[in-house]
Amino acid sequence: MDEEYDVIVLGTGLTECILSGLLSKEGKKVLHMDRNDYYGGESASLNLTQLYRKFRPDQTPPSELGRDRDYAVDLVPKFIIASGELTQILVHTEVTRYLEFKQIAGSFVYRDGRISKVPSTEMEAVKSPLMGLFEKRRAKKFFEFLQNWKDDDPSTHQGINLDKDSMKTIYEKFGLEPGTQDFIGHAMALYLDDDYITKPARATYDRIILYTSSMARYGKSPYIYPLYGLGELPQSFARLSAIYGGTYMLDKQIDEIVTDADGKFVGARSGDETVKAKQVIGDPSYFGAGRTSAGKIRVVEEGKVVRAICVLKHPIPGTDDSDSCQIIVPQNQVNRRNDIYVAMVSSTHNVCAKDVYLAIVSTVVETDKPELEIKPGLDLLGPIYDKFVSISSQYTPTSDGKADNIFITRSYDATSHFETVVEDVQDVWKRVTGTDLVLSKKEVEVQE
Amino acid sequence: MSTKQFQFKLVLLGESAVGKSSLVLRFVKDQFDDYRESTIGAAFLTQTVTLEDQTTVKFEIWDTAGQERYKSLAPMYYRNANCAVVVYDITQSASLDKARNWVRELQRQADPSIVIALCGNKADLSARRQVSEEEAKKYADEEGLMWAETSAKTGEGVTEIFTAIAKKLPLTAPASRSGAARGTTAARSGVDLNKQSTAQGQNEPCNC
Repeated sequence: MDEEYDVIVLGTGLTECILSGLLSKEGKKVLHMDRNDYYGGESASLNLTQLYRKFRPDQTPPSELGRDRDYAVDLVPKFIIASGELTQILVHTEVTRYLEFKQIAGSFVYRDGRISKVPSTEMEAVKSPLMGLFEKRRAKKFFEFLQNWKDDDPSTHQGINLDKDSMKTIYEKFGLEPGTQDFIGHAMALYLDDDYITKPARATYDRIILYTSSMARYGKSPYIYPLYGLGELPQSFARLSAIYGGTYMLDKQIDEIVTDADGKFVGARSGDETVKAKQVIGDPSYFGAGRTSAGKIRVVEEGKVVRAICVLKHPIPGTDDSDSCQIIVPQNQVNRRNDIYVAMVSSTHNVCAKDVYLAIVSTVVETDKPELEIKPGLDLLGPIYDKFVSISSQYTPTSDGKADNIFITRSYDATSHFETVVEDVQDVWKRVTGTDLVLSKKEVEVQE
Repeated sequence: MSTKQFQFKLVLLGESAVGKSSLVLRFVKDQFDDYRESTIGAAFLTQTVTLEDQTTVKFEIWDTAGQERYKSLAPMYYRNANCAVVVYDITQSASLDKARNWVRELQRQADPSIVIALCGNKADLSARRQVSEEEAKKYADEEGLMWAETSAKTGEGVTEIFTAIAKKLPLTAPASRSGAARGTTAARSGVDLNKQSTAQGQNEPCNC
């Protein structure tokens, strides 16, 4: 450990592992450490022993849940949106060779006390019970408008400027009802709250197109999921990093971030060893998590997310026995500011024993009784065999790190997919290297 | 008789510097490099062995990429491995102890049907031998492992051990067995991410 590195990466969450992999591939000398004896940090998938050790250290897993090794329980409920940026990174770095993906079988939305499938095609929309007859016609016009939009052809714009006009203007133009707006903004554009309505419509347009093109890709839902759980994602990027020379140390306590007299990063101390490097990247838990670290408050809490990992012995009622699904409970439906999400996977994805279903109910915390806030989501699940509830702070760095070479990533947010994780990767990459992240497909020899 | 093709995931294990990568380099490319640095960039090697009955066995070979050094091999590494080559250095008796640990780890983490070969490398340095053939063979027999001594440097025993593994793998099993190994994503069940990179355009007709 007495060598000097270009970059020390702390924490093996997905964000850190992607950065580590990309930096190693660029030729940087990377040392990657984690305090846990498993990969993935906050975005790990745990077996039963690890799950109980984390949530109930005084209990052993019940034997009726089956074999420990059959489990890979995600800590963060996210799916990969098929046409999104993470897919791009997976393909370009060729870590897809370590992974196998399956579709998420269904995407549902809650309305007026029941759940319905999110229509993926015009045909489905016309049959969907979500809208009345006249509303369907109006919605059809709205979708045709989006579908036909061409930036360079004003005749397709119908007097709308996506970069100036708000979504409110567009909803009004097409006369869409609040329920339909909920559906479009939350189930398709995947906004967690209604702040988007008064902002320029471009971002919403992009998100709807991302949703529909993802939906069109494999058919059943816009999401795909790696077999053996989300924890495979950080592992595969860690392997990429290792293949390009990255050094890995798990189960390594980090006791101190060492800085010089000017506050610049010098190294990371573990016990009485200090490893030196030019730069450090790490998740917020290594930088005080809201408290002082190396003389400074380096991350601040922006909010909290509540997540309940629920073990079920049956598929979720009303989902046509789907082996996996997402259910969105839009905030307006349950008088909240933020949506409640349900994400469910099962043995089809090699994450649990046969006839077990793992559903995570989550939302952004709004009150001092977070567990009550997710009740509308829990109520959709039917009998819950067991439940592990956690409340995680959402940390964000206080500085861009350029002054002291300390670059901190963000906590995993409440969104249903990894697009904000990739945004964070791109942001940190730019702060660390000073250049934009450009993905080029090459390297990693394949020999026949 | 028609030609049968099988594909298997093979993982390498063993202490650093026992010659894991050199062994594979000899097997795959028939090369040897005296001053080979620890593994960089050699991610994903494949080599095909043709058996006497014209059955072909394609090995998809996973190198540790150095992640074994600080006990940081990911569960992904063992996942769906059909066979493992656990390497020790015949001139370092401690490396056999490490090999025993890796075998235990495989018995704990890998599929119970995994075929394990224990490989005593650097047989060309037998003048400095610290591990006797008898000792290693006895241990391999106790644990039901295949065993051979090899020299990645001279090539001695290298092709032979991989061929022996190919023969021992259950070739009669349904094709799904080979399908269990991942990698070259084509022809897998599930979703192929590489296939569809066209659906990106700004003005792509949306499918509402």
